[in-house]
Amino acid sequence: MNSIALEVRNLVKSFTLDGATINAVDDVSFQVKSGEFVALVGPSGSGKTTLLSILAALLTPTSGQVLIDGQDLSQMNEKKRVKLRREKIGFTFQSNNLIPYLTAQENVEFMLRLNGWLTHAGRLRSGELLARLGLSERLHNLPAQMSGGQQQRVAIARALIHNPAVVLADEPTASLDTERAFQVVETFAHLIHENGRAGIMVTHDLRMCQFVDRVLQMQDGKLVRVYETKDEIVELAHGTIH
Amino acid sequence: MKNIFLATYLAVKEVFRNKGRFTLVALVIALITVLVLFIAALGEGLSNANRQYVANLDAQLIVFLEKSDYSITASRLETNTVKAVRRVEGVEDAGAIYTSNSEIVSLPEPQKISLLGAEAERPGMPPLLEGRYFRGGEAREAVMDASVAERTGLKIGDEIELRSTQGTEDEFYTLKIVGLVAEQAYFFQPTIFVPAATWELVRPQPESDLNSDTPYPNIIAVKLKDLAQLEQVKLRLVNEVSNIEVADIETTINNIPGYTAQQGTVQTQGAFTLLIGILVIGGFFQIQILQKVPQIGVLKAIGSSNFVVGLAAVIQIIVVTAMGVGIGAALNYLFSLGLPPAIPLEFNGTRSLIAILLLLFIGPLGGMVSIIYAVRIEPLKALRLG
Repeated sequence: MNSIALEVRNLVKSFTLDGATINAVDDVSFQVKSGEFVALVGPSGSGKTTLLSILAALLTPTSGQVLIDGQDLSQMNEKKRVKLRREKIGFTFQSNNLIPYLTAQENVEFMLRLNGWLTHAGRLRSGELLARLGLSERLHNLPAQMSGGQQQRVAIARALIHNPAVVLADEPTASLDTERAFQVVETFAHLIHENGRAGIMVTHDLRMCQFVDRVLQMQDGKLVRVYETKDEIVELAHGTIH
Repeated sequence: MKNIFLATYLAVKEVFRNKGRFTLVALVIALITVLVLFIAALGEGLSNANRQYVANLDAQLIVFLEKSDYSITASRLETNTVKAVRRVEGVEDAGAIYTSNSEIVSLPEPQKISLLGAEAERPGMPPLLEGRYFRGGEAREAVMDASVAERTGLKIGDEIELRSTQGTEDEFYTLKIVGLVAEQAYFFQPTIFVPAATWELVRPQPESDLNSDTPYPNIIAVKLKDLAQLEQVKLRLVNEVSNIEVADIETTINNIPGYTAQQGTVQTQGAFTLLIGILVIGGFFQIQILQKVPQIGVLKAIGSSNFVVGLAAVIQIIVVTAMGVGIGAALNYLFSLGLPPAIPLEFNGTRSLIAILLLLFIGPLGGMVSIIYAVRIEPLKALRLG
């Protein structure tokens, strides 16, 4: 831990609705270091997903800067942004995460294939990663043949296999039961720390915050509070802070 | 190159892992292929049945009676015209052709035929495959085409009886088959060739013609010494021989009664079938792309380029279309083996090849809208913002 993997400076994203301008993200600044796992929380409409979309180079901000591994997104054309998403970012989504006609291992290897990095060693590593996630018996299963939790674990492996600088997770536990949700986020946090990646997870479920290093709370597009100490985070996760 | 491999990988994996769905679509394309190839074969078959004899003539020009509008049936030339034509510079040979029709009644199933009068070893008489040419005069000898032999089982040496309505009476004439030529359909019927005098004797004719025994040719087939001189010889013929008009083979075929209208109808049917194919394929792939919007959003979000997504869709469409066309063409081939000769379907034409190429082309064309749609899907669809 250590170098800054992600830096957000004075980020603003405005939308015009019925003639009125709404700031979905309003002057947000923060940094995430390599090996740090951060949760982004807040009520619906607080701007979490908009912020995540900008960090993922899927949405262009109205003003401000996002730097991933030192590269400024605002200076990039679409082709470079696609390349950055492919090489520097790992994703897990709420649902429809996996490519349905590829097996678990093929889904994970796809990130290597996409970058032109698929080698014999890469294949072995994808198998090992899936085995570490408890999926050694599911390598050749299609997503439809796996449970929601297993699919999310495959998505986590896919998000990490190509050693991205930043891993973004959009509500990764939304479609899981409580027990599986805890398992998935705990494994996710463990791998983020172990591999030295910067992880950002958008979640509605404050209980999941017990596995992160920092919590960024958003409201009305603004970053209203940051929970940094272990005590604060545990209290938030157990519902004693609202 | 990496992107092409990637797109191929995605396309082939999806087809392979969804075999049922894609096979179903391939079968629909196969059925459309069967229909299109049948229509192409029908066009070829009808076309051949109508023009085969004229198209195969060993001649480059056809002489008609003046103002007959290049209609074979409307043309009736003077008997001495053929000699005048042969004297024109640039003409290598010329043969008179007499057209009519009749019916072979000495068979378990009567067979309608085109009855053509021609001169042995002159333009207008096809080369022999077997046997010999008929003798001249009123020798009751005939040469049959391969289609008559195939449909009736007649052989060289057999005798046939023709029924001919002359005036108001049915007359019956016995002819001996002495030779065999390749298939020479004319006016949708197989053909029997006879010498001019025999033709005049046995052809159906109205009361007014019964008193004459002079055969008048309908047309004269003209073989040139030098093909490059076609226009010059044509001009010389019109200038030097009275009461004639001259056409090349293509013009003659296009003026066969009903030929152009028939081909136009068949081609329109073919075009509409292809259009239906485009709509069916387009509809299927559009529905499929709509179902895959979130999945394509994920692919783009994790870094797949528009090129990869679009190319994967194109490859998939080409693979499925090729499968469908292949199955359809194979089915057509099997059907063609079992078709009776009376059905005018001809699968061995350039039309079938063109139809197959068009069918392979309509897949990507039909899927164009879905490909454009796939390329335009925003990667934000992978998140909830889309």
